[in-house]
Amino acid sequence: MSTLTALRNRSTTLTSTGIVYAVLVLAIVLGAILTATAGRNFFSQGNVSSILTGTSILGFIAIGQTLVILVGSLDLSVPFVASLVSVLAAERMAGEPGNVPSAILVALLVAAVIGLANGLIVSVLGVHGFIATLGTGLVISGYLATNYQGNTGSAPRSFRLVGATQIGPVPLSTVIMLGCAVLAIVMLRRTRLGHHLYAVGGNREVARMSGIRTQVPVIAAHTLCSLLAALAGLLLLARLSVGSPTIGSQGGYDLMSIAAVVLGGTLLAGGKGNVLGTLAGVAIFAVMDNVMGAMEVNPFMKDVIRGVVIIAAVAVYARREIDRRPAPFEKPSTLDAALQEAR
Amino acid sequence: MTGVPESIGPDAPGILLSARGLSKSFAGHRVLDDVDLELRSGQVHGLVGENGAGKSTLMKLLAGVYTPDEGRIEVAGEPVSFSHPLQAQHAGVSTVFQEFNLLPERSVAENVWLGREPRRAGLVDTARMQRDTAELLRDLGVSHIRPGQRVRSLSVAEQQIVEIAKAVSFDARVIQMDEPTAALADREVELLYGIIAGLSERGIGIVYVSHRLKEVFDLCDTITVLKDGQQVTTRPADELDDAGLVRLMVGRSISSFFPDPVPGTEPGEPMLELRGAGNGYVDGVDLTLRAGEIVGISGLQGSGRTELLEAVFGVRPFTRGQMLLDGKPLRPRSPRHAIRSGLAMITEDRKATGLALNQTILDNALGVVRAVFPGRTPAARRDVPGILSSLDVSARSMDQEAQFLSGGNQQKVVLARWLATHPRVVLMDEPTRGIDVGAKHAIYELMRAMTAEGVSILMVSSELPEVIGMSDRILVMRDGRLAGELPAGSDEEAVIQVATGVTTPKKEPAR
Repeated sequence: MSTLTALRNRSTTLTSTGIVYAVLVLAIVLGAILTATAGRNFFSQGNVSSILTGTSILGFIAIGQTLVILVGSLDLSVPFVASLVSVLAAERMAGEPGNVPSAILVALLVAAVIGLANGLIVSVLGVHGFIATLGTGLVISGYLATNYQGNTGSAPRSFRLVGATQIGPVPLSTVIMLGCAVLAIVMLRRTRLGHHLYAVGGNREVARMSGIRTQVPVIAAHTLCSLLAALAGLLLLARLSVGSPTIGSQGGYDLMSIAAVVLGGTLLAGGKGNVLGTLAGVAIFAVMDNVMGAMEVNPFMKDVIRGVVIIAAVAVYARREIDRRPAPFEKPSTLDAALQEAR
Repeated sequence: MTGVPESIGPDAPGILLSARGLSKSFAGHRVLDDVDLELRSGQVHGLVGENGAGKSTLMKLLAGVYTPDEGRIEVAGEPVSFSHPLQAQHAGVSTVFQEFNLLPERSVAENVWLGREPRRAGLVDTARMQRDTAELLRDLGVSHIRPGQRVRSLSVAEQQIVEIAKAVSFDARVIQMDEPTAALADREVELLYGIIAGLSERGIGIVYVSHRLKEVFDLCDTITVLKDGQQVTTRPADELDDAGLVRLMVGRSISSFFPDPVPGTEPGEPMLELRGAGNGYVDGVDLTLRAGEIVGISGLQGSGRTELLEAVFGVRPFTRGQMLLDGKPLRPRSPRHAIRSGLAMITEDRKATGLALNQTILDNALGVVRAVFPGRTPAARRDVPGILSSLDVSARSMDQEAQFLSGGNQQKVVLARWLATHPRVVLMDEPTRGIDVGAKHAIYELMRAMTAEGVSILMVSSELPEVIGMSDRILVMRDGRLAGELPAGSDEEAVIQVATGVTTPKKEPAR
């Protein structure tokens, strides 16, 4: 009994992010062992860079999703934004290196407009993010299906290099993704916008009473999320070299990114969490995918395993929340007042 | 406006805040009527009155949550008109509400400076935020709260200190506190006393709302009594005493407040019996509740009162001992089982566990019958309008959502919900908490009427006058056990002595 409580006390001193990283280390150790039983080296340069490659696209989207979830919303339109961006940028580039800057600009601009629209619908019209972005996602997917029957445009070689360059075992795309993560972390920790994002996600009324314009963080989070989805779309284009109208939805990035965020310890209801946790969540998925690939697990089984891991992780967090829940708030009583007088 | 001390004049030095002729109505109902308030530097001004007397409204007018219909407010001699709490805070009037405006997942410093984070070179200056917070806390004489600590990890008292620090951080000249000790333990109250004394020494004026008269006398130099939205009096505290203050607040003597039993109500056969019953929360409980009897359970918070009711009702079932209902053994495994056996429970928190706030009055009243006795729904549907009207629920119609009712009317709907099940034993946990005097009286009348029909009532209450005024017998709990039994009409002192273990009359349960 006492050892149990002692254990529990110790475990609560570990932060949520700490737990996520512990799980990541566990996943890596298990992965290394399992990969070794399949007769392969988990830590070979090729394998490490393949894992890191696997983190970058989901990474971009999950960082954006973290911001949106922290502010108390959700973004289901990300895969369609990524597809749209890949198509628009590919057409604009049309294989000409000279078109790359303008193509990127157009892609980011379109994404920003979509994000702005999402943010406005959520914060001004008061539609929940789930429905708002489901709606905008459907609109984009409808537009794509109407106007594009298949792959289109092409990326010039110089742009494709972004997807292929490596610094040691680390792909350039991963470096860019981590750069975005650092910016997001600084934004959350060291800017008023970041602080207000947590406040609005934690309790909109408290934020409002503190004089915060509660629409601003919501709009900003959605816009940044769309921009990050656009970066993911551009990276997909660099890898694929053609724009694909279905590439985003094929990846299932909407739900996978939400899963990675929650796996990273961010509260789905908002107000609590961080990008570091999300990165670990993304990495856990990448390691799992890599290991399951090495073990030649059947693709349907992969989904089963992913699902189990997500549920198990979130159940553990929920358990911790229950344990740490403060004592119920007792209201005043005349008796207690009287007792104080009696003393 | 009788009894207002002669004013030193609005431009006299040291006057921080002055309000004249404040009135406020909601939906045509005047909740505050021509109230004056004056606060000088370093003064602690007590605001007392019953629930619904207008204390909160007055406070919210000064805090900028509401705008007054009539009257004017001056801060440091300047007329002001607030439309947002933030304006009041910037003018130097901060308020610590009962419901804290804190983000549990954020740190103390982040909460204090929320919306005004100090910046350097465009980035939030977290180091300065921490430093300034530490200084604020030090000035309050608090050393055990770290600025970087998450608010969730703090006790209610510590959270309150954070709220006070936040109030002070606006350079507040006036701090209002709404029932600040409501959720505090004794030693925490001491800490708060110290903080208030310190603030007052620094020349900050304090408006202090509390039900606890002892505190009001301990802390306040001036007391304003409100009743039904009107200012009964404002006097220096040393001109008043307990009894006088209660008289001013209530405007009637307490004894006539509790209705007498309906003539002919006699305790009958034992209805609910516990023999050595216990679980993880309570232990060794022996009690007998007879038909037509009201037994009150008193005790300190945390003494196991609520847990005892919950055990009887199957929320957290007994694991030891015996329970008999109408002479037959029964051990409810769940509330559903208990309800089927003829029990009912009015829970402590009607908003969380008593009602479905966004459902209509009718649906709420039928809720339990529908869930547990579906066959009786048509009959209950015929009964409910009568029950509601006999309880005098004031609502536009039975289709009104419960959330739009006053606390008293909500509680009446809770009662109707259980009466519709025709229970034999009703467990009541704080049946009149937070409701107005009229509704309290109606509920007492109903309790008497129920016992006249042979229903037994086991009532937990923190309000000693209520326990003493309504119970046929009083059981006092201490540390999860019944510490003693007192007859009807015992005085408050006797109950307190048993509850705190100062004396132990009659039976001390074997250890």
